[in-house]
Amino acid sequence: MNNLLEFFSFTNPTVRTVVLGTVLIAVCSSIVGTYTYLRKRSLVGDVVAHAIFPGICLGFVLSGSKNPIFLMLGAIAAGWIALVLMDAIVAKTKLKTDTAQAFILTFFFGLGTVFLAYIQKSGSAAQTGLHDFLLGKAANITQFDLAVFGVISLLLILLVLTYYKVFKLISFNEDYAASLGYNVKFYRFLLTTMTVVAVAVGIQAVGVVLMSALLITPAATARLWTHKLQHLMLIAGIFGALSGIFGAYVSYAAVNMPTGPWFVVFLTFFALLSIFIAPKNGILSKLKQKRINANKINRENVLKTFYNLMEHGAEQINTQLILEKRSFVPRVLEATLHKLKHQGLVQRKGNIYSLTEEGMVEAKRVVRLHRLWELYLTKRMNYKEDHIHGLAESMEHIITPEIEKDLLKELDYPTQDPHQSKIPY
Amino acid sequence: MLTAVLIGTSCSLLGSFLILRKSVMIGDAISHSVLPGIVLAFIFTEERAALPILIGAAVFGVLTTMFIQFLQRKSNVQEGAAIGISFTFFFALGVIMIALSTGGNVDIDQDCVLFGEIASTYLDKIFVNGYFVGTRSILTIAPVLLIVILFVVFGMKGLRLTSFNEDYAKALGINVNAWNYALLMLVSITAVLSFEAVGAVLVVGFLTIPPASAYLITNNLSKMLWLSVVFTLLSAVGGTLLALTLDVTISGMIVSVAGILFLLTWSGKIIMTKSKKIEKLSEV
Amino acid sequence: MISLEAHNLTVAYDKVPVLWDIDFELPTGKIIGIIGPNGSGKTTLLKTIMGLIKPASGYVKVFEQDLDEVRQRVAYVPQRESVDWDFPASVQDVVEMGRYRKNSLFRRLTQTDKEIVANAIEKVKLTAFKDRQISQLSGGQQQRVFIARALAQGADIFFMDEPFVGVDATTETAILDLLTTMRDEGKTVVIVHHDLQTVSGYFDHLVLLNTRVIACGPTAEVLTQENLSNAYGGQLTLLSKIQSIIKEKEFPIREKGFEKR
Repeated sequence: MNNLLEFFSFTNPTVRTVVLGTVLIAVCSSIVGTYTYLRKRSLVGDVVAHAIFPGICLGFVLSGSKNPIFLMLGAIAAGWIALVLMDAIVAKTKLKTDTAQAFILTFFFGLGTVFLAYIQKSGSAAQTGLHDFLLGKAANITQFDLAVFGVISLLLILLVLTYYKVFKLISFNEDYAASLGYNVKFYRFLLTTMTVVAVAVGIQAVGVVLMSALLITPAATARLWTHKLQHLMLIAGIFGALSGIFGAYVSYAAVNMPTGPWFVVFLTFFALLSIFIAPKNGILSKLKQKRINANKINRENVLKTFYNLMEHGAEQINTQLILEKRSFVPRVLEATLHKLKHQGLVQRKGNIYSLTEEGMVEAKRVVRLHRLWELYLTKRMNYKEDHIHGLAESMEHIITPEIEKDLLKELDYPTQDPHQSKIPY
Repeated sequence: MLTAVLIGTSCSLLGSFLILRKSVMIGDAISHSVLPGIVLAFIFTEERAALPILIGAAVFGVLTTMFIQFLQRKSNVQEGAAIGISFTFFFALGVIMIALSTGGNVDIDQDCVLFGEIASTYLDKIFVNGYFVGTRSILTIAPVLLIVILFVVFGMKGLRLTSFNEDYAKALGINVNAWNYALLMLVSITAVLSFEAVGAVLVVGFLTIPPASAYLITNNLSKMLWLSVVFTLLSAVGGTLLALTLDVTISGMIVSVAGILFLLTWSGKIIMTKSKKIEKLSEV
Repeated sequence: MISLEAHNLTVAYDKVPVLWDIDFELPTGKIIGIIGPNGSGKTTLLKTIMGLIKPASGYVKVFEQDLDEVRQRVAYVPQRESVDWDFPASVQDVVEMGRYRKNSLFRRLTQTDKEIVANAIEKVKLTAFKDRQISQLSGGQQQRVFIARALAQGADIFFMDEPFVGVDATTETAILDLLTTMRDEGKTVVIVHHDLQTVSGYFDHLVLLNTRVIACGPTAEVLTQENLSNAYGGQLTLLSKIQSIIKEKEFPIREKGFEKR
């Protein structure tokens, strides 16, 4: 508990640095990740994360220091070469994208391990910095790192704001963007560079392997909540930042706990949570929709049965009569009748049920839709009479008032259905 | 070197089919996600027994595939993204488990997971009645390689059919899923055995690069399998020798050599087709 | 005799119902075309027949039996674009797949199998190419490889998805000749086809499809102006509106337990 207060009061300067650092990283990768996700290039982040490894090593060897700026430059160069080579393999050979990705990823990583072994052998004292780059060092972010992250985040955000519309267009449809006269190659170059930079930054928090989670998971999670691009970035950024803070907290509170993996675990947790509770696309809301549908279908079927019974002259309607006319699970019928009564569509005297005035209107509507659809099926779709009932049974619950209007117009306000029953208005 | 050859052969045979099925990245995902399986096996058995580790790996291999499918079906996540989410999650779990049990019996660390080192496996010798019979890794990998070879030889028809034309296989009444899972299960078992020797990332190199080179120069499935084994041998031998001379990491060198061989094969092929074109033109 | 029967068949593809309660029967020993505009459910119907998609309601019977009981007698020719032709295999390899059986997958092909395969390759006039890699074939040749594979199965009924797409004129006539021979041997060939112009020359019997069966019968009877305008003319806007509501709200397309009336 003490930990919790201490951590979230942000009084500890180390905590402040770490939190700010992870948040910045999360924001960078979420923004860039949204684009890679929309461009269906999710795994490119993974490829880049591995491919920049030899670049970092070379940057170190050439500059002789572990100054993050040099390492970053090496990283960007390597990431770039990797992506160009990857595209060339896909374009020029019969190998498919997945093979090209795996090839680049492992080949560059292999080269990297060789370089690293070489550097280690030469025994430079500063080489520990390289390890941080690979395995992540979220807990040891320095003030200087923070400044670098800050500048890069700012740059990325500025780029996105400037080219927001073009990026959107290109992510949606490159060919279309080209036909409008945009220099697609240039913007693609820009987007790729942004990816490489974001990866080079993020990798310092979570390491090579987990980097792609920072790009993909927030974007995929956000996609469950919204369809709008700007909201997508915002939500992705929030999930990313939250996970980063929680991850930092766990590693702060528990001894020996690495930040990066917890960061990723929280990201996945939010993703799974969203799969369940997201509005519209979530599993729970889909289940709810199914239950709503089922209830609606039951209610309307009961009302319709009332109407049918009355049409055939029945006066004293009880549950037995309803069950004779149509098969319901008796318990479901009871529950449905209860609900209908509650809604004021059905009234009850002893064992006898009858429709209220409102209930009658509703019942007529259902029967009308059923019969209209039967007519539509025979008239417009050439169905034979023995086939239409089944289809109309489900359609009567689906047709909206708007479609009903169209239907009436198209059928010219008919009065009789194909079975010569009256269509009630 | 023998370890590398055994692992490499097994990987390249399986990898050939992954390439043809366009599911290389699923292989990549599996090779990372088996980590928690390994760690759990370590924790529960308190030793590095082969069987629990293999079971753990197979379980997590299947779990990963199921998780990927769950993400794709239940929430319309793109395939690539589903793969990325899954393997990073499982890998993160694995690393956390390692951290949780540090100080216990677990003697793997993140370094080892990432890089692996073939050279160290050779220290682990096994003696029966005082006779040296081989290093432990060789003794565990050899039977797996045998299973893989048997699977490929006897399952050739099934693998060929389901890899080429899944719908047609289904129409013949063949259980396509079973074949798919069998292949991925073998991939996860191989991945796990390669883990301590070459690390999670480079396994994928073993899976992909030699078969990719082979695929470039042949149009015949059995030739592709043979050639990928040849490429594996070349990279394993060449890589080990180079690494020893330069005194750097063996597994990284093997993958680098394999990658360079791929680039050589590719440029060789380009030159060949160009010269053929020129020949044709001069004939005309 | 009836070769194929679909009864009360309703099929959804990606939650959108594309075939609504269709019923039809096909005769034996005929070349039968399934035609209709784009998105009318032709391929979905074929995949449902082959058991690749599960219907929401209804059933399909082949030779009056469930598909699983007669799989040996049914051959499927998928769309040519549905596979990756860069796959390392020769013509021979692919046609041999026609001899693969569920329970003999681990056995070697017998001498008889090899003869049947050679015979099938001969029939599509690819003997000269039998060792050629499939990536080096023309579109028409690739299509013929697929047909040879189906022939090698020794089936009695063949389901082909768009076999004339991207095919040269020679192949087209070659395939047609082959189909005629097959019909004369008593085989039934069912073909999904989209080119209206060639319909009357190709098929004996037609199923005209657009979400529902508009007409089914001998070609001359089906190919009337009225039927065609029903199938192709005038988009049913109401229908597509309803389809999108069903997808969005995930309404069940078929209700259970309404049998009493």
